Amino acid sequence: MTRTIKVLVTKIGLDSHDRGAKIIARAYRDAGMEVVYTGLRQTPEQVMQAALEEDVDVVAISILSGAHSILVPRVVKLLRDEGLDDVLVLVGGVIPEDDIPELKEAGVKEVFGTGSNTDEIIAFTRQNVRRV
Amino acid sequence: MAGKERKDTFYTVSYEPIKDLYTPEDLDLDYGRDLGNPGEYPYTRGVYPNMYRGRVWTMRQFAGFGTAEESNQRYKYLLENGQTGLSVAFDFPTLLGYDSDHPRSEGEVGKLGVAIDSLADMEMLFDGIPLGEVSTSMTINAPAAILWAMYLVVAEKQGVSWNRVSGTIQNDILKEYIAQNTYVFPPEPSMRLIVDTFEFGSKYVPKWNTISISGYHIREAGSTAAQELAFTLSNGFAYVEAGIERGLDVDDFAPRLSFFFNAHNDFFEEVAKYRAARRIWAKTMKEKYGAKDPTSMLLRFHTQTAGCSLTAQQPENNIVRTTIQALAAVMGGTQSLHTNSMDEALALPSEKAVRIALRTQQIIAEESGVANTIDPLGGSYFVEAFTNEMEKKAWEYFKRIESLGGVLGAIGSGYQQREIAEASYRFQKGIQSGEQTMVGVNKYNADEKTSIELLKYSRDMVERQINRLDKVKKDRDGDLVKRCLEDLEKAAKGTENLMPYIIDAVKAYATVGEIMDVFKGVFGEYKDPAIF
Repeated sequence: MTRTIKVLVTKIGLDSHDRGAKIIARAYRDAGMEVVYTGLRQTPEQVMQAALEEDVDVVAISILSGAHSILVPRVVKLLRDEGLDDVLVLVGGVIPEDDIPELKEAGVKEVFGTGSNTDEIIAFTRQNVRRV
Repeated sequence: MAGKERKDTFYTVSYEPIKDLYTPEDLDLDYGRDLGNPGEYPYTRGVYPNMYRGRVWTMRQFAGFGTAEESNQRYKYLLENGQTGLSVAFDFPTLLGYDSDHPRSEGEVGKLGVAIDSLADMEMLFDGIPLGEVSTSMTINAPAAILWAMYLVVAEKQGVSWNRVSGTIQNDILKEYIAQNTYVFPPEPSMRLIVDTFEFGSKYVPKWNTISISGYHIREAGSTAAQELAFTLSNGFAYVEAGIERGLDVDDFAPRLSFFFNAHNDFFEEVAKYRAARRIWAKTMKEKYGAKDPTSMLLRFHTQTAGCSLTAQQPENNIVRTTIQALAAVMGGTQSLHTNSMDEALALPSEKAVRIALRTQQIIAEESGVANTIDPLGGSYFVEAFTNEMEKKAWEYFKRIESLGGVLGAIGSGYQQREIAEASYRFQKGIQSGEQTMVGVNKYNADEKTSIELLKYSRDMVERQINRLDKVKKDRDGDLVKRCLEDLEKAAKGTENLMPYIIDAVKAYATVGEIMDVFKGVFGEYKDPAIF
């Protein structure tokens, strides 16, 4: 018996485009995972705090504001500083191709852009999540 | 009916079922009652008697990025290329009332729009642009009254009197709670600020549209066409009721209410939506709210093509999508139009992409011939039946919203948010199952790397913006700012119209962040209920 995968879906930065975040939250839930959605305008500190308190396996960050290069690495660093080393971090949103390598270098496992398929995101999550 | 069909059921992008053929049987149509000539009640065929034969729609491309200097350059570029009105996009810190030097603004300054902190930025934004001659639309909601005040002060400094300036502030907070999410304050004080602008505008800025009641963002958030129509109009009615409750005469402010709709891919569904919107608005304004001035009954609207329909894959295809959507807006009788650029699923548009988008409108207006006659689709069995159907659907939603305690009650219970999330999820599943086609995404894919030139931001933009803010704070009369903000706070705690106080604060170079902080202190802040 394995425990249910728990996912934190979150919107960081100030942008309020939450259509994608809500879809992925629904899709994770329909796939049998436990979902916590933080809502909009979270700071990296709030995301880390929520990940810690909810003891999640996955942090799925949605950002379409263009501030990803600054905010996403900050979230990953805060998670790692808290010892959440094996929490899977995924990013979705409008992310220019050129910015993806630096996000991955910072510790993001995968970036899902416009037109991504939720089935693929779920499959990727299952394959890459820590053993639960 | 007539032989084998290629699908079991046919439906629109909103999952509205469509029959194989429409005939006179589908219509119970009385020309005078249901359509009327253009410019005649109930305005189904158009709000003006001559429509595009008089003047084609206003071509208004939404733009803004970086600092006021960069955006000012872009506006001049667009005007030189034949654009006829301006449309300002603000960055997220401005939309939410944070100054550029606020910690939460980091990484966001000038990104998705122009950064405006104080009157100094606004002066630069419109430098060399005669505000008595162009009309300007500003997409701003929670701080709308502040940015409008800045615009009015800039006009005054240019020597343009307020009764000559024209334009629009979006100022539609209800759809923020429903879909776009750039709310700051709770609903009640937000509504008060909005009615303050109605009242002020009707007295001093008669040519200004004090609100743009918007379905665009509702649709972008994933709603169906019928939901976009119904939620937008029900919000519109809520504003009318708020104005009447304040003691305003409906005919004093209703003529300045304007609308903003989406133009999505499904051509006829969109046309039917616009036509139904005009008819519902006219009938309700007359019959329910007792409007006597015909201009109170006119639903005038801006349209933007659907950003959510654009694909990052094979982005050139977006030019075609945008053309079809723009054509629907024109066939639906729009008053102004923004056409999206092909690269917008990837980033903010480059100059070349924006030019193609503008040229798309010019080709429709001047080459296609569709603007030669008014409402050319009127009388089509399909279009009229579909217009009726849209109207019927809207009334069902109105009833449901009414039963939940009106718009604010429904928002409080998360009704509209949930309906939209549901529709959005259904559509996404439809894309993934192939039930809905998205060329280049789930069909006709091509394995190619996108080679589109994207907009580059200048590196020192944020630094320049923060330096200017520092300088403004150093040069202004600090005591005057303090006094203005105290007066504003006192007024906010009372019931007076806040516009004169905001104008005084803006003139003293108080920043957007400082003014918003006063309001946050008095009104409190709204938190995302995170419904999915």
